[in-house]
Amino acid sequence: MAHAAVRSEVNITVNDKLVRVTAGTTVASALLNLGISSFRHSVSGEPRAPLCGMGVCFECRVTIDSRAHQRSCLVPVAEGMKVVTASDA
Amino acid sequence: MTPHVSADAEIVVVDVAVIGAGPGGIAAATCAAERGQRVVVVDRGLNAGGQIWRHVSGGHIPRVAERWIARFDRSGAKWIGGASVVDAHCAASGFVLLVDASARAISIQASSIILATGARELFIPFEGWTLPGVMGIGGAQALLKSGASFAGKRVVIAGSGPLMLPVAAAMSRAGARLVLVAEQASRSAVVRFAATLWKTPSILAQAAQYRVRFLSASYSTGTWVSAAHGFGRLDSVTVTDGRRARRELADFLCTGYGLVPNVELARLLGCDTREGAIVVDARQRTTVARVLAVGEATGIGGAPLAITEGEIAGMTVGRESNLPPALARRRAVLKTAARRMLDAFAPRVELRSLPKAHTIVCRCEDVSYEAVRDAACARQAKLYTRAGMGPCQGRTCMPGLEFLLAWQPDTVRSPLEPTPVSVLSSDVAESGTPTYSINTSAGEACQ
Amino acid sequence: MARNPDAVVIGAGIVGAACADALARDGMRVLVLDESFAGSGTTAAGMGHLVVMDDSPPQLALTAYSTRLWERLAHELPQNVEHEPSGTLWVAEDDDQLGAVYEKQRVYAEHGVAADVLSPAEVARAEPYLRPGLAGALHVPGDAVIYPPNGARALMARAAGNGASLREGVRVDAIGAREVIAGSERISCEYVINAAGAQVPRLTPGVPIVPRKGHLVITDRYPGFCHHQLVELGYLTSAHTMTTESVAFNVQPRATGQLLIGSSRELVGWDASINRAIVRKMLDRALDFMPALSSTSTIRTWTGFRPATPDKLPLIGPWDATPGLWIAAGHEGLGITTSLGTGQLLADLLAGRDTAIDAAPFSPARLHAGVGAH
Repeated sequence: MAHAAVRSEVNITVNDKLVRVTAGTTVASALLNLGISSFRHSVSGEPRAPLCGMGVCFECRVTIDSRAHQRSCLVPVAEGMKVVTASDA
Repeated sequence: MTPHVSADAEIVVVDVAVIGAGPGGIAAATCAAERGQRVVVVDRGLNAGGQIWRHVSGGHIPRVAERWIARFDRSGAKWIGGASVVDAHCAASGFVLLVDASARAISIQASSIILATGARELFIPFEGWTLPGVMGIGGAQALLKSGASFAGKRVVIAGSGPLMLPVAAAMSRAGARLVLVAEQASRSAVVRFAATLWKTPSILAQAAQYRVRFLSASYSTGTWVSAAHGFGRLDSVTVTDGRRARRELADFLCTGYGLVPNVELARLLGCDTREGAIVVDARQRTTVARVLAVGEATGIGGAPLAITEGEIAGMTVGRESNLPPALARRRAVLKTAARRMLDAFAPRVELRSLPKAHTIVCRCEDVSYEAVRDAACARQAKLYTRAGMGPCQGRTCMPGLEFLLAWQPDTVRSPLEPTPVSVLSSDVAESGTPTYSINTSAGEACQ
Repeated sequence: MARNPDAVVIGAGIVGAACADALARDGMRVLVLDESFAGSGTTAAGMGHLVVMDDSPPQLALTAYSTRLWERLAHELPQNVEHEPSGTLWVAEDDDQLGAVYEKQRVYAEHGVAADVLSPAEVARAEPYLRPGLAGALHVPGDAVIYPPNGARALMARAAGNGASLREGVRVDAIGAREVIAGSERISCEYVINAAGAQVPRLTPGVPIVPRKGHLVITDRYPGFCHHQLVELGYLTSAHTMTTESVAFNVQPRATGQLLIGSSRELVGWDASINRAIVRKMLDRALDFMPALSSTSTIRTWTGFRPATPDKLPLIGPWDATPGLWIAAGHEGLGITTSLGTGQLLADLLAGRDTAIDAAPFSPARLHAGVGAH
């Protein structure tokens, strides 16, 4: 399988800020690379971030394109995607 | 490119449904399809590979994975990515699986099922483990493989088992500053295990390779992390050997205490499990007719064993009456090695005192250890405190609580994963005529 | 318990717990026995609504009485009982149903239960996610929701505060004259209260209580999606008619922001497995009223068995065939609501006091046709 030398990028908005991220990465990885440490708040208000990385723990949930409770570790970034973190997601 | 089931397919009729596209599932699907079976593979990921062969499209994967995936692409098997089985039952025509494919309902009707559902990490809760920056060891590997950068970050890896080594190596390769790799198993257990590796040269070669990669990092046995610290995110951890403790600064802590087989679908189908793994015979058949299982879900044992079992299962459903003896031998050798590994790296008894009274044990519902530890059973804890009643459906907290409190697992019910009302209310299986049937046989070009 | 108890209550569900609470408050020595743990049976499966219902005058009297008792108790309940005064909206789909709504309001008013009729615009403001085109709704502000397992525990804790004791994991094998047999133990007492819900007939054959299975689905957290308990008027028909199966729209917001979606009724014995076809019908009915539920994430489905009687009314009173035996069971889908009323009625009847409402409609004797061999 060919190993792409240069990875392309896509534009997404994270909390209303436009950012360029590497195509093919997951939303969770993109958010971590942007230095975001709080993806959501737990029911008692603690900041939370990805734990299991594979869609089992639900800690990485963010709102993507207005759908709440999306597991960001399972969703690849796409052009024009709108991501909102640290809400009730 | 493996042909995907078309975007508007609602009912898929096959001979064999393979659940999970890790090494075991891919091997099983490939071998079944090459023998003329109509096969569909269902996996949560967007690319085949499961966890251990996870890759970003166009990214790097090991040689063995490349070869298997290429063979899978040619085999005639079809696949549904971004999908999970949320319900399953037996009907007159065979098994009916309700699949949530990115919020779309698909019904798979299959004569046989091969479960390759893999495993997830065993977490034992400890002070501070909910801080951003604390993740699983497999979790770190998954995030790394899906594009996360750890370059320049201080990383502590602490937990149990050989999985830590490839992850440490990958972290090093990715430019992380590996502060410490802490193995909770005692030095003697690790040395004893290492001494047996000559029996499985492939594993020995891997291990040597990994050790060489991060000689600069400190590797300690009989050591574990007892607490994570920070305000809003991780900044340091407490490392202990049971006698002395010290602080280490860390940006990321990757921690986990082994793997837990994913047996929920198996249990929903009525398969027997033992010690948390699906019971199978030498041909990978479970205790339910026409349901087979391979790989980690039948007992933690690594990718080479999963592939071997996948080949056996694929041949079994492909009506191969005689298995190549070499395959059975390889399975036996790898299973013995797996058993040795599980024994060597079993979580030590001191880990039972990791959670403190106020430590959150259920992260979905923020339930503390003291709220659940007096419950007589998992069900009582769930009903009284809501522990295990959140979206992860107890997958994160229950294995740890079963270790800490000797609980038995509670009953499994659909949906096996959170799924929209639209999928659960879908009558896709009732509409009669399949909208998609797989007609290719081995060797033909894929649609 | 050193001396013999005055009363042994079988079943620490919400009804058993309420009976224990009321009897202990009267100064009785009460022992409660549960085969599993408090609040683990039908109580754990239910929706937890505290609702006034008028399928019949006695039902209306009992639910009105009981919801008032809950209202008085609300401020004393521990946090984990999650008492939410969310109120109920009985939704009318057309003008015929709107007529029924006005009638319901009148009947409720006769029993001192406040209710107001909402216009379609008011319904839309109260519940934006209900579909447009409804004819209106009856709003009953005094209705509420609790989390039932912890409700049962709270009542048991109150009973314990008055000297009652609870033994869990004890399965009663037989009820004799003023005694209970569990394994090799014989416990003598003045009164035995069989509050074992749908399992009452196991210990007291001849009691016409049958299990009426229901399904429920719960979603992830969607705070603000729904504010009131929502019920279609057809719920009454579904609860009333003992057909093979029926579904009726009933959605309840939990304190957590999760949505509890019901309801279904079937008579299939004790088969606890999920019936997919019924779940689909139930969800489809819910989508008829709240289309936006379609994209909400469901986390769990489960079943429970309502204890159902032939005339839809519970049994509260003595069972003459066995000396000392009283029954407090058969509440169908109203166990949580009517638990407090049941406990108080039972205690009043036992003590020979006047009851707050007429207890005759709940007399077990009405269903025990012909005392004698069983």
